[in-house]
Amino acid sequence: MHIELRHIHKRFGRVHANNDISLEFASGCIVGILGENGAGKSTLMKILSGYQAMDSGEIFLDGRLVRFDTPQTAIRHGIGMLQQDPLDIAAFTVLEDFIYGLPIGFLPNRRAARTELNAACKRFGFELDPDMPVAQLSIGQRQQLEFIRLLAQGVRTLILDEPTTGISAEQKAVLFNALRELAERDALTVLLVSHKLEDVIALCHEVAVLRAGRVVGKRTMPATPSELITLMFGQELLPQSRPAPYRSAAAADVLTLHDVQLRGKRITVERLSVQIRRGEIVGLAGLDGSGQELMLRACVGLLRCVRGRVLVEGQDMTGRPFRDFLRAGAAFSAAGRLEEGLVAGLTLTEHVVLTSGTSFIIDWDAAHSQTTDQIRQYNVVGEPEHLVESLSGGNQQRLLMALMPHSPKYMALEQPTRGLDVDSSRWIWQQLLDRRQQGTAVIFSSPDLDELVTYSDRILVFFAGRVFEIEDAGRTTIDELGYLIGGHFDQQTNSKVLA
Amino acid sequence: MIKRGFIVQAGFAIVPIGLSLLITALLIAATGTDPAAVFALVWEGAFRDLRTAAQVVNFWIPLTLAAIGLVVTFTAGLWNIGVEGQIMMGAVFASWAALTLNLPHHLLIPVEIGLAALGGALWAALVGFLKTRLGVHEIFGGVALNALANVLSIYLISGPWQPPEGGSVRATPPFQPDALLPPISPAFTVNLLAVVVVALAIAAVTIALRGTRWGLQLKATGKNPASALLLGVPTTRSVMSAFVVCGALAGVAGAYRVLFTYGSLRPLVSGGIGFLGLLVVLLVSMRPLWVPIVTFAFAAILSGSTRLRVALQLDSSLAGVLQGTLVLAVLLTNGMRQRLAARSKSAARSSAVQREDVVLTGAIHDSRTD
Repeated sequence: MHIELRHIHKRFGRVHANNDISLEFASGCIVGILGENGAGKSTLMKILSGYQAMDSGEIFLDGRLVRFDTPQTAIRHGIGMLQQDPLDIAAFTVLEDFIYGLPIGFLPNRRAARTELNAACKRFGFELDPDMPVAQLSIGQRQQLEFIRLLAQGVRTLILDEPTTGISAEQKAVLFNALRELAERDALTVLLVSHKLEDVIALCHEVAVLRAGRVVGKRTMPATPSELITLMFGQELLPQSRPAPYRSAAAADVLTLHDVQLRGKRITVERLSVQIRRGEIVGLAGLDGSGQELMLRACVGLLRCVRGRVLVEGQDMTGRPFRDFLRAGAAFSAAGRLEEGLVAGLTLTEHVVLTSGTSFIIDWDAAHSQTTDQIRQYNVVGEPEHLVESLSGGNQQRLLMALMPHSPKYMALEQPTRGLDVDSSRWIWQQLLDRRQQGTAVIFSSPDLDELVTYSDRILVFFAGRVFEIEDAGRTTIDELGYLIGGHFDQQTNSKVLA
Repeated sequence: MIKRGFIVQAGFAIVPIGLSLLITALLIAATGTDPAAVFALVWEGAFRDLRTAAQVVNFWIPLTLAAIGLVVTFTAGLWNIGVEGQIMMGAVFASWAALTLNLPHHLLIPVEIGLAALGGALWAALVGFLKTRLGVHEIFGGVALNALANVLSIYLISGPWQPPEGGSVRATPPFQPDALLPPISPAFTVNLLAVVVVALAIAAVTIALRGTRWGLQLKATGKNPASALLLGVPTTRSVMSAFVVCGALAGVAGAYRVLFTYGSLRPLVSGGIGFLGLLVVLLVSMRPLWVPIVTFAFAAILSGSTRLRVALQLDSSLAGVLQGTLVLAVLLTNGMRQRLAARSKSAARSSAVQREDVVLTGAIHDSRTD
């Protein structure tokens, strides 16, 4: 499908998220949409897929002017979007989920749908059991299901938002092969939004680069990563080197998990014992839902251990609520910023008031000026009276950073740079490293192997509830880590089994 | 902007009322009665003289107390259906003091009201306890405790507190004169203290929600409990305190029913005031300063329609019909309002873009008025 966008505008308050965007995508072409956080990529893709209405502009599909204001009409016109977190229904089985969007009559033909589902799986090499509940699928499988569901609805242009986050290397290879084949044989147009330049280089025929709401570049591939970075940021970024470790002769333990059993919905981590030292950075690796989030939450009292003890600086905190951990010097941030972290509907100032001070009567003038200071110090682009949901992802993360305790004993962070571009990620890490220099220990999970290897002193690898430790992260490689994440623990010399 | 917001808000409160009046008028016309006569009669029933006006105010007082309490629980994201039971328990606690304590009037009244607040607060705290400790949703807990409060009051009336002449399920014996709230004057039978309490409650809730840490914590808890917890808000305490405050106000409302309106404890003493309060709070989208205005309109309609049966042989349940259509009209206008808001937002954005274009060409310099 040939797509032409003409003079697309979209504003959110004072932010001009899409400023006169005109682009053309050829039929059968795989196009990478690049840009730093807040560049307007997501907004443009949401407009194109009907999730958001544009303020002005025109969209032509195969030369015909179209207009759609809902995802259903967009799909009817042949444009579907595969969200980062697939929009499936957890209570359904794979087959039911596959059926529910199809243009069928009152009574669905389950047998025909099953045949179609199986044929699609076979064609693309997906492994999906039609009768399995969606709730039991991995992120990668849910993505595969959404992928064939959209195709079955007659989608001829597929938009993918960060599709390789949280899926395994094999699933990524299968997905990329499927995309290539569809582009070549069925002239499917693919728009790929990704921060991972290696994915873009591996897959795309062309790239379009957005910066501050405008199109700043378009080029055909191949291109090197540094060429793409220069296009995105207007300058080349130097590769990040490993930060110097925290130096202290007496690196006492700040946090101890002693023989704990952690039970999640799908998996259980048995008998885990870990000591976290002052000023240490511990990375938690593994596919989504392998047990990392259980450990992070257990560290701050958000998950109760079935067995075992949690000690903060030697003090037994087992079974205590989260607020006691906060008081004892812990800090926590979750992966979903608007789900767990910020309160949509409250302003920046209200967030600052909630996290600082104790006075019963609120001095709103003082709070306003305090917020103005904080957002300047943390480079948050926004106004104190703005609602937090109007901030871009990067700015939300900066605000969360500003709201955190300033010198906690340890921080447990779920994917602290999730969805952030290189520049914003580095800024976040600079903040974390500054705190580490004051002795704060950082425990973080990440799907990004590069990030894990670069910043961690020690890495814990989670696989289906088992835990392996890489004692010296400086001596490991991304390849080795990749093997461990996939569950190949056998031939490793640098690691030991923890649980 | 403020003026416009006021008009819009007023419009969205008035439109559903007008719409439900229209539907009710059509229903009345269908029975062969003149709707204009009915509405004139309702107006007359409410404001004909001081006596009927006092009836309106006497209905307005407990309704406003319950509604202002519900603003607090709604802010904390809670559906306090249990408010009916909380009113009943307030009435029961006040009745206990009125029937058993032997104190001078000036001591007995504060004790009665204090106990009523305590009773309502305890009953509400029970809902909060079920929710925060045992994971029972407040709607289910509230419905159960409403039924329980009702059964308890009937038991008391027909058992321990029955009149000396024998068992009855109609009412307890009349309270001693010292236990009752006095009217302003024999012509205008409204209790002044209660009006003052209502005004104080409205002011206190408005200020607490706008200017205190407690209010902000309630708001955060109501909008997103998971995030609020991570930001260090004591969410359990927020939920419990919202229930307790609402329950206390509802309890005082119950006290007014028994200590002034009836002078004794009766079954179903709240008479649906709590449910009506829920509707009011939804109607004013939780703005406390709008509560007394809308409750007054409700009180006038319901109080005015009691004369319909006498004058036109129409059942007074017509007021119930009016109330029912009002619920539907509120839901309808709220839905329309959301659609309009979404549409005007995108329209405002596109006009902003156009305005900027004009400015850029230098043709007109348009200064922003907002």
